Amino acid sequence: MNNNLYQYLLQLGDNALILGQRLCEWTGVAPELEIDLALSNIGLDLLGQANQWYEYAAELKGGDATPDTIAFLRDAHEYRNVQLVELPNGNFADTILRAVIFDTFNLLLHEALTQSSDQRIGAIAARAVKEIGYHARYCKNWTLRLGGGTEESHQKAQKALNDIWDYAFEALTPGPVDHWAKEAGIGPDLEQVKSKWEATLQQVFHQASLQIPKPGFVDRKAKSEGIHTEHLGYILAEMQFLQRAYPNLQW
Amino acid sequence: MSLPTKKKIFEVLESVRDPEIPALTVREMGMLRDIEIDEDGKIIIHFTPSYSGCPATDLIKVDIMAALQEAGYKNIEIRDVLSPPWTTDVFTPETRAKLKASGITPPVETTSDKRLLLSPGKTVPCPYCDSNKTELLSSFGTTACKSLYRCLECLQPFDYFKCH
Repeated sequence: MNNNLYQYLLQLGDNALILGQRLCEWTGVAPELEIDLALSNIGLDLLGQANQWYEYAAELKGGDATPDTIAFLRDAHEYRNVQLVELPNGNFADTILRAVIFDTFNLLLHEALTQSSDQRIGAIAARAVKEIGYHARYCKNWTLRLGGGTEESHQKAQKALNDIWDYAFEALTPGPVDHWAKEAGIGPDLEQVKSKWEATLQQVFHQASLQIPKPGFVDRKAKSEGIHTEHLGYILAEMQFLQRAYPNLQW
Repeated sequence: MSLPTKKKIFEVLESVRDPEIPALTVREMGMLRDIEIDEDGKIIIHFTPSYSGCPATDLIKVDIMAALQEAGYKNIEIRDVLSPPWTTDVFTPETRAKLKASGITPPVETTSDKRLLLSPGKTVPCPYCDSNKTELLSSFGTTACKSLYRCLECLQPFDYFKCH
């Protein structure tokens, strides 16, 4: 098995799965019915994307591996998502600011992946990129509304940005697997993605009258070494409960 | 029974509709890409899923299998074809008319239209009274492929099939 490719697919799949799981936590408790629909729908798209990446990963791994074993039978240190997507939802501004930061990156990444030298990755990305574009636009519009809305919404949006900015850079910082993907023509040069990402976010935050904070501790190693925040364990405890308690249970 | 032919299989599958948009068949939705019959007479359905997270995808596959089995065919495989990806650009004028008749405004753009992701304001006409005076109620609607609008003329809320 090509372990680099497998790890790269896990990075893609785990980001989608964990953010999808987080967004679905808003189901039934979002501030408005329309937001409830939106966050649940975005979560659903992400779960579908995760399934596509895991199908490919499971085929590489062979044996008894399926998308379900990959999602439900790995422990936290084996997950390769970035810390940003596993952070708790917080208030609505926290969720939207995390989403706009991640979606902007994810859109640029998937645009590049449509040109991947790996045809299957290209095909999955070509479908996902349209969905992510739609999500990114939604979160951008809410960022503008919160930042330029009432004094309270502005304050909450600014606080949300201050709180998560340190987590923003992990996705853009190449790890060994990203270097391998770039050399193999499978994934993009993250340095290039980063400059586009910064330019896009600067524009959005400027329009939303939000100040970009100075980054503090940014050396995070969840996607490259599986060093996660404490929050991922709680997500997995809930998400994996059924398969852990009743192994091989079928729906 | 007689050997399967591509034409016959297409005919059988005309009865399979999208459970979330019953006005359209899976062929009209652009999900039924092709049908292949191999040397052993096995029927291979080339199937292109729509949205990544569309919960109807599995049900549609079950419906395809059921329709073919009911028609007496046994040796069937449904093969996912991801490339080129599914798009609303394949909707024919006939398909668009069926959508409109069922109260869903078809996509007003094609995906090659680069304004798609950037433009805030596009005109989405009301499928009931054709008025252009409408407003977006919710970017995400009853299913992954639709958003929700309201007509300011006849006051009817309606679904819009997103350009994808």
